[in-house]
Amino acid sequence: MKSVTFGQYYPAESLIHRLDPRTKVLLALFYIVCTFLCKSLVSFAALVASVCVLVLLSRIPMRLILRSLRPILFIIAFTSLINVFMTKGEHLLTPENWAVKIYAEGLWNALFMILRIMVLIVGTGIFLTYTTTPIALTDALEQLLSPLKKIKVPVHDFAMMMTIALRFIPTLTEETEKIMNAQKARGADFTSGSLLARAKALVPILVPLFVSAFNRAFDLASAMECRCYHGGEGRTRLNVLRYRAIDWVMMGAVIALGVTLILLNSCSFGFVLG
Amino acid sequence: MSNSYIHAEGLCFSYRDNDGKEEHPALKGVSVDIYEGEYVAVLGHNGSGKSTFAKLLNMILEPTGGTLVVGGMELTGKELTDDELLQLRRNVGMVFQNPDNQLVATIVEEDVAFGPENLGVPQPELRKRVEDAIAAVGMTSYAHHEPHRLSGGQKQRIAIAGIIAMMPKCIIFDESTAMLDPNGRKEVLDTIRLLNRDYGITVINITHYMNEAAEADRIIVMNDGLVLMEGTPDEVFAKREELVAVGLEVPQCAALIHELRRRGVLLEGTGISTPEACVELLQRALKART
Repeated sequence: MKSVTFGQYYPAESLIHRLDPRTKVLLALFYIVCTFLCKSLVSFAALVASVCVLVLLSRIPMRLILRSLRPILFIIAFTSLINVFMTKGEHLLTPENWAVKIYAEGLWNALFMILRIMVLIVGTGIFLTYTTTPIALTDALEQLLSPLKKIKVPVHDFAMMMTIALRFIPTLTEETEKIMNAQKARGADFTSGSLLARAKALVPILVPLFVSAFNRAFDLASAMECRCYHGGEGRTRLNVLRYRAIDWVMMGAVIALGVTLILLNSCSFGFVLG
Repeated sequence: MSNSYIHAEGLCFSYRDNDGKEEHPALKGVSVDIYEGEYVAVLGHNGSGKSTFAKLLNMILEPTGGTLVVGGMELTGKELTDDELLQLRRNVGMVFQNPDNQLVATIVEEDVAFGPENLGVPQPELRKRVEDAIAAVGMTSYAHHEPHRLSGGQKQRIAIAGIIAMMPKCIIFDESTAMLDPNGRKEVLDTIRLLNRDYGITVINITHYMNEAAEADRIIVMNDGLVLMEGTPDEVFAKREELVAVGLEVPQCAALIHELRRRGVLLEGTGISTPEACVELLQRALKART
């Protein structure tokens, strides 16, 4: 059997792992707001300190966190270059007669932008992708969004679709492998030829995979009907999510962080964004 | 075994083509009674209508003719309300062939809870039902596992637990062992027997394995959309020619007895459906010789 880990969930026992998934969704949102509250060098320093604390609390290895930053390196580089060259300010750093003008404000802007993006990615990663399984996330979203049911948003149905999709990923992965082996045994070649030839070679895999997925869907629908499924109305839950003291403490802590950041904005040491 | 739980009379069903014009009759007038607490096997080769029959019993398919009464509820001749359908399906559970296609959740205990959750069973009864159901199929130590890591037999037992948790009166097994290896098949059959004996659940096992059918109290043989014969396993397996004529075989032990008798060996007795009964028959014959 394959071990199927979707996304980047990192199984560990930590304070953050144990939080209610709803709390983590809310904390991720609060944290995003926090990153945008920072305006001064001091508050950015506090923000970076807070993200370091989170990394320690979550017990996620540093290399995983650095790896998560790799895909956004290009965006960071691009936006910081734009900031450096396009920001106009008062403190010109390059000689007057140069065509390219770099201002001190541009450098500060770039630095803050880099910090903000990195903290944003690491912070939401710690709260959501690293410490919360997709299924827990689905449950959390279903419950957080349940007030939307009043305006006829099919929240339960979307959550059910998500759950079933997650449930069937390993099953269909296994099936794909089986079909590939069956086609290889019949002489199919997936590894050589031009890109177009290789894409074409996938057709004999996709067609049976789709047919079987539809058959599975019909079977599953019958099985669900047999088990009295009739939508989300009147359903009870085996595992009900409950906020515990630690959830409230963490939410309080992140809100306090936000307030602190705002207060630190008035601290005029270093550069302060306009 | 007194009250008829399922009563079918002249039950018909036809599949329609996609354009709705041509009809393909699958059941052509099936009349049977299944009694409370009974263990019935339904035998038949592919296309005999046995699976169609099963799907009518909890109205996954709607009969096109005849009468059907399940648990005192008249199912034919009127439109059923949603509540009546739910009532029927909680009483008549169904376990399908492919275990992968009937598990909904990503954790065993949550999957078992799916049925009672749909019925709106409140806590703490819900928790108790789930734990009892998982214990009944002997999977307690797997309650927090992911279903896709289990073996076929284990998955099928989880599927059965999911039905038991709804506390049905009757469970239909629609070729539930067909995709399993011999070990898995044994696990599932042991579970079925336990449910019938210890929990008093009426069991209808649809199968094309003769050895499985031999375990039942009664066998119903179907062919071409009709009931060909019914009776105890011994009675049914005594009619070897008729079974062979519709593409079925008798269990190997019964075949041995038939073969010996054909060659003129005198074997007294009727117990031929299980190896144990056959051994007894042969021993008696051997003793009579010496």
